[in-house]
Amino acid sequence: MGVYILKRLFSAFPVLAGISIIVFVVLSLIPGDPATAILGSYATPENVERLNRYLGLDAPLWQRYFIWLQNLLHGDLGRSYALNRPVLDEILDRFSATLVLAGTAFVICSVMGIFAGVISASRQYSLADSAITFAVILGISVPSFFLGMMMILLFAVSLQWLPASGMYSSWGTGGGADLLRHLLMPSLALSLVATGVIARFTRSAMLEVLRQDFIRTARAKGVHESRVVWRHALKAAMVSVIPLLGIQAGFVLSGAVYIEMVFQWPGLGRMLIDAILKRDILLVQGGVIFVAACYVLFNIIVDIVQSVLDPRIRS
Amino acid sequence: MTLPTISRRNLGRLSAALAALTLTQHAWAETPPNVLVVGQVAEPQSLDPHAVTAVNDFRILMNVYDGLVRYRSGTLEVEPALAEKWDITDGGKTYTFQLREGISFHDGSPLDAEAVVFNFERMLKEDHPYHKTGPFPLSFFFSAVSKVEALDPRTVRFTLKEPYAPFLSNLAYPTGLIVSPASVMKHGADFGRNPSGTGPFRFAEWVSNERVVVNRNDAYWGPKAASETIVFRPITDPNTRVAEMLSGGIDIMVEVPPVSLSQFKGDGYSVVEQAGPHVWFLILNAKEGPFADVRVRQAANYAINKEAIANNVLEGTATVAAGPTPPAFSWAYNSDLKPYPYDPDRARALIKEAGAEGAKLTFYVTEGGSGMLDPVAMGTAIQADLAAVGFEVKIETYEWNTFLGRVNPGLAGKADMAEMAWMTNDPDTLPFLALRTDAWPEKGGFNSGYYSNPQVDNLLEAARASTSQEERARLYREMQSIVQSDAPWVFIANWKQNAVTSARVKNFGLEPSFFLLLSGVSKA
Repeated sequence: MGVYILKRLFSAFPVLAGISIIVFVVLSLIPGDPATAILGSYATPENVERLNRYLGLDAPLWQRYFIWLQNLLHGDLGRSYALNRPVLDEILDRFSATLVLAGTAFVICSVMGIFAGVISASRQYSLADSAITFAVILGISVPSFFLGMMMILLFAVSLQWLPASGMYSSWGTGGGADLLRHLLMPSLALSLVATGVIARFTRSAMLEVLRQDFIRTARAKGVHESRVVWRHALKAAMVSVIPLLGIQAGFVLSGAVYIEMVFQWPGLGRMLIDAILKRDILLVQGGVIFVAACYVLFNIIVDIVQSVLDPRIRS
Repeated sequence: MTLPTISRRNLGRLSAALAALTLTQHAWAETPPNVLVVGQVAEPQSLDPHAVTAVNDFRILMNVYDGLVRYRSGTLEVEPALAEKWDITDGGKTYTFQLREGISFHDGSPLDAEAVVFNFERMLKEDHPYHKTGPFPLSFFFSAVSKVEALDPRTVRFTLKEPYAPFLSNLAYPTGLIVSPASVMKHGADFGRNPSGTGPFRFAEWVSNERVVVNRNDAYWGPKAASETIVFRPITDPNTRVAEMLSGGIDIMVEVPPVSLSQFKGDGYSVVEQAGPHVWFLILNAKEGPFADVRVRQAANYAINKEAIANNVLEGTATVAAGPTPPAFSWAYNSDLKPYPYDPDRARALIKEAGAEGAKLTFYVTEGGSGMLDPVAMGTAIQADLAAVGFEVKIETYEWNTFLGRVNPGLAGKADMAEMAWMTNDPDTLPFLALRTDAWPEKGGFNSGYYSNPQVDNLLEAARASTSQEERARLYREMQSIVQSDAPWVFIANWKQNAVTSARVKNFGLEPSFFLLLSGVSKA
């Protein structure tokens, strides 16, 4: 098992190195540079050249890549041009906010999706099944940012029950209740699509399992139906549901970009969009590498969990 | 099955929790008294005034720092601030400032002539020990300065390489605000996150992407601020900003989208507008193609319905521009100029005279950018107006940075016209950088349409070298009437900055500089 984990971790390095080179090249190909973005109207060739020299952007691309790589190996991702602070500080600040949002949304969509999928599979063609199927299709079809805006309109503007945006109130010390109030709308909006996908997938996985012999045997032995569904069938169905959860975790993380824009959540997605628009190269590089590393790590974790559940995968 | 009961019980708990969350709404739906919450358009880049370029950052900085001089309220004319008086000698090459007595920075260190010298040397001298705390993108505002000296603790002298009339107005710009040398030395490159100035508010905290908080400076040398605390919140999405204003999460909101203004018509809000030093125009390629003929350039000015753009596309958030200089520079503005009227028949006649009927034009439009207002909708309206007089206009749309990368090197061989907007602090800046012959792209300027008129060149050079405001005003007025009839641009609009406050906010106003001065603003 240990060897398997080490092998999977080791295989991540070429992926990350490849991503870093692609990001570097792509960013140098897109028009516009940080100096022009900073100077705006005043970007005369002379001013741009002076600022690029100050920022160390006058060196050739490969040279800048190796300087960046060398610093990275020392744990230094450089300093953001647009924010005037170390890239790593900014990423860690932002990542914790995204983690709170995406983590909550992931828990919501996993729990609700699996629950709804199991209910509708165990009572196929019942009223509950139809209702859930309808809700699932609706959930998959409505874009999350649109839902977010509608939620703001209803709950923040009209009813004034919940704050429209942000992670904490602008005054006061914040605290758990404050965070929860701000988290409610964005996490629900973010989890909706994934909930639908997970529910649909769980339903079909469960239906397949429920038709198998060992379920019939369990029922014949007189095991209580709820135990058959939630213990025997669900455990078997989870083997195929868990990889999907891994994929959905990725979608929730990337979907957070839109939701963070709509709800002004101070997360990594919003940071990346701002950084791209401002051509804040080092921040984009650092952010993308960080997100890529998270994806890779997440996939490794999913593989490991799966191999624990199903030992055939390890060989 | 036992599950339905469990889930029903849990549902009950969940709804109870929701009710508890929402019942406490009044704890946050109303902002506390004496605290102003301002909805900003973005996270500030830095709170070091020498390191920033965006109006968004200036809105905070102007409340935390003072400059040697500042703009008199409601104008773009300079008045004393940290300097109580000054002399201009040596034909406009020497400026000697007398500082006010007994002023300290928020960190307790004294504001003296040495501190002023430190500020400018940090920006301008590459071998200064704290030059590496930059970058200082707008330091070229002071590139005419050859020497800054402290003559005594209260007297500081600037020596310029050549007479440079916009110098005082540049000192009133945020790039001229005075920072505490002691704090720069203490925090180094992180000074921008630990700012210290002399202004009416002192910095309290900066929670990244959540808020910047400043508190009243009780030791301020001028009138004390009316509010105890100001919270600046970055809310980049305009719709979310509107939602926050409507739900009571903020007290003041800047840059209201035109389409949202009608939502704030009621008693609960007040809308404030102020025209600023902004001009939105079309650069015409005067080097080649149909616009090489002045008659066709004038025809374009007649053909485009600018009132319709200002009132319908921009919902009244702009006024029609008459020439290259915005009226906000009231002292230098030529008020005799009237905008080109909307007159398609006259346009057709001019086009016919020039033999340019049915010309095909390439038009560069941007998706959005600093000061560009609603460029896609405006570009479409312009395309339709030009089609009505027989031009076939092909729009090419670009993202802002890409757009600048195509327009700034010049339109030759690529396009006949391009959208552009500028916001400046002195009437010198835009025409000097974008209308002179020496400002053609290959010479490092922004004259992307290759306009050239030696008379305009001479007027602008003379105005820059003059130290008399009346003389400068006369030269700028003459320049404006020549440029208007030469029509190197289509003069479209001057943007009115707007803001909305809740009815609880008192004494709020906007400045022509587009800065946000909150010292006198209070909340009931």
